[in-house]
Amino acid sequence: MTDIKNVLLAGVGGQGILLASEILSEVLMLAGFDVKKAEVHGMAQRGGSVVSHVRYGKKVLSPTISDGTADVLFGFELLETCRYLSLLKKGGQVIVNNVRISPPSVALGQQDYPENIPGYLRAAVDDTHIVNGMELAEQAGDIRTVNVVLIGALSLYLDIEKALWIQAIKAMVPERFLDINIRAFELGRESGITD
Amino acid sequence: MKKTILSGNEAIARGAYEAGVLVASAYPGTPSTEILENIVQYSEVDASWATNEKVALEVAIGASFGGGRALCTMKHVGVNVAADPLFTLSYTGVRGGLLLVVADDPELHSSQNEQDSRNYAKFAKVPMFEPSDSQEALDFTRLAYEVSEQFDTPVMLRTTTRISHSKSVVTTGDRVKNLPAPALERNPAKLVMLPGNARKRHPIVEQRTLDLEEWSATQSFHRVEEGTSDVGIITAGVAYQYAREALPDASVLKLGMVNPLPKKLIRDFAARYKTLYVVEELDPFIEDQIKAMGIEIIGKDILPICGELSTGIVRQALTGKKAATGVKGALQTLPSRPPNMCPGCPHRGVFLALNKLKAYVTGDIGCYTLGFMPPLSAMDTCICMGASIGNAVGMTKVLPVEQKQNVVAVIGDSTFLHNGINGLLDMVYNKSSTTLIILDNRITAMTGRQDNPASGYTLMNEESYEVDLAEICRAVGVKHVTVIDPYELDNTRELIRTEMARTEPSVIITRRPCMLMKRDVVEKKPPLFVESGKCTGCKVCLQIGCPAIEWDAAAGKRGEAKVNRHLCVGCSQCRQVCKFDAFGVCND
Ligand SMILES: Cc1ncc(C[n+]2csc(CCOP(=O)(O)OP(=O)(O)O)c2C)c(N)n1
Repeated sequence: MTDIKNVLLAGVGGQGILLASEILSEVLMLAGFDVKKAEVHGMAQRGGSVVSHVRYGKKVLSPTISDGTADVLFGFELLETCRYLSLLKKGGQVIVNNVRISPPSVALGQQDYPENIPGYLRAAVDDTHIVNGMELAEQAGDIRTVNVVLIGALSLYLDIEKALWIQAIKAMVPERFLDINIRAFELGRESGITD
Repeated sequence: MKKTILSGNEAIARGAYEAGVLVASAYPGTPSTEILENIVQYSEVDASWATNEKVALEVAIGASFGGGRALCTMKHVGVNVAADPLFTLSYTGVRGGLLLVVADDPELHSSQNEQDSRNYAKFAKVPMFEPSDSQEALDFTRLAYEVSEQFDTPVMLRTTTRISHSKSVVTTGDRVKNLPAPALERNPAKLVMLPGNARKRHPIVEQRTLDLEEWSATQSFHRVEEGTSDVGIITAGVAYQYAREALPDASVLKLGMVNPLPKKLIRDFAARYKTLYVVEELDPFIEDQIKAMGIEIIGKDILPICGELSTGIVRQALTGKKAATGVKGALQTLPSRPPNMCPGCPHRGVFLALNKLKAYVTGDIGCYTLGFMPPLSAMDTCICMGASIGNAVGMTKVLPVEQKQNVVAVIGDSTFLHNGINGLLDMVYNKSSTTLIILDNRITAMTGRQDNPASGYTLMNEESYEVDLAEICRAVGVKHVTVIDPYELDNTRELIRTEMARTEPSVIITRRPCMLMKRDVVEKKPPLFVESGKCTGCKVCLQIGCPAIEWDAAAGKRGEAKVNRHLCVGCSQCRQVCKFDAFGVCND
């Protein structure tokens, strides 16, 4: 099963992870791969921790990624990225949005949000890329495009033509939000080039 | 024929459409909800949200008896509610094909228990398909209608969260044509289940199961994949994917129909392998039946009954190979991130009041069950939909007098209409003095904002009669019914206090639309902010548990509250609890 690649998306409900994984699986299908993606709806979305498993290759069997086998941990939030490190294989890659969202215990002042997660991630995983997604999304014109900014950053590391990414975004994003999302994608992609 | 990527639920909707289904009825429930939400796109199908699962199945039965193909979908616990019609439907059989889709939730991602619906198929003597990906979800759905009509039986299809909510590549087909047109046709001996008629149907049901078993053994929805080792695996559903990936060399008997089991096929397969495993999620459903056939097979001795399986779990259990270890985190205990009520949620103030009044709260199922979470911490029981009222009634029967008035039942609008009305009838009829709070956020929020009879719209987005909850309560005999806006925190608390003290049944309806309402009834308000210097750090605003308010220990002299403007919706509940007038409204 070594020809199968695994991308785990992790973040907080409300960050647009489901749309991001939708775009990702679409582009992988357009690129000719067999694709499966798995996620959980319902209870998990009320601001809770959210993951989406995306697997692709010649023929994908299990829809979920087992411990220690993710090639890419694609984090939308710092703490949630740490939470799922055990799914990342040794020598894997982290692409992470540089944003902290406080969980309830931290918001209540009962627990501390761990300090310096970016530094810690870099130490744990050599191939770590930190994206200032919120700033780029604001630059694109709407903070809610952060998911597409991050897709832009991810796009540099998967061997798929840029035109296919654009095609996938077009297929998944409503017409009236298309321009702003393409801008978001470009900003994310450029940020990776200069990283 | 078109290739697309579909979730299991989308594929089932597509399959039902292709099968020529005319009527689809359901009550929402994770992970089944998206089936009906997706079938709406096919204008040939009449799709509707029923008030509960029992009614949903009864609607589907009616359509079938009228000669149309019908679909009914629900989550696993929904079958508990729909079990009554299901078991007798098994006796009557169908006219138009009828498929009941049941979505199980191993690992309890969004459920109150982990029951295994395959037991229902056996119990009700109904055939059950189990797909292992989206393509099979579509194909088996189509096929189910043929089986249903050929064998004169309702058919069940079981998915699990990982089938319903996983997407994979699917080739779709066209809708079948030339099905018989629905029209009235009387057949009371078959459809009126008086004892005399039902007694005659029972042997037919028993024979049907035998026929199905024999037929199923010859069908291509079961398949044997020849391996190279002397290990054989019997499996079905998503567990097949895990087993296949974990042991690529083993031979696999993959079952497409799990009830009745194709015993002959199993016997032939089993005879060929030295070591036999059964890999299935939840109960040893296949395993127990194979063991009863006198075949030695290993299953739940090494695989868990509780929770989901994964490739790693199956590999470790069957081969002893340790699962891969991933990157080790040096950060040990991370703060957890449980789900929470949204910013601006109208339920919040009610639970704040219940907390302050030290009420004992018999709870129910919906977004408001999150009232259990700290800091609101104001829910004491939650069993199943509608249970809050009966639980409160029963509890007050045994409590000492001085505690009786502490008990309050809470229920959502959709849950009240699902079957809470029955509980309320009992409360009045049997002279309980309990207070019921109906949390009327105008929508079925937890499962993703579905319409219900109180929202005034149907699933197909048509306007409909908007049932008056207060009138229902009065009609069943509640004399004290009050409607209040739960954003008015002080009034809400005072009202709850008054009604708790009352020694007669009473109902409070807290009415305020959900923040996530689909139709734009909720006006967007500018976010609030904390005026630095005015905040004294008393932390009272943190007690409402709003995700938009956060403690900033570094601010001010002894820390200050801070509002996340990206999350705040300007509901101003925090402003009402602040004694120092520290919250201002952003004007930009
Ligand atoms: C028998 C059964 N059917 C369906 C569900 C899934 N379910 C859980 S909560 C809920 C809806 C709750 O809606 P409402 O009572 O209006 O409360 P809200 O979430 O809007 O606060 C549903 C359908 C269930 N748990 N049990």
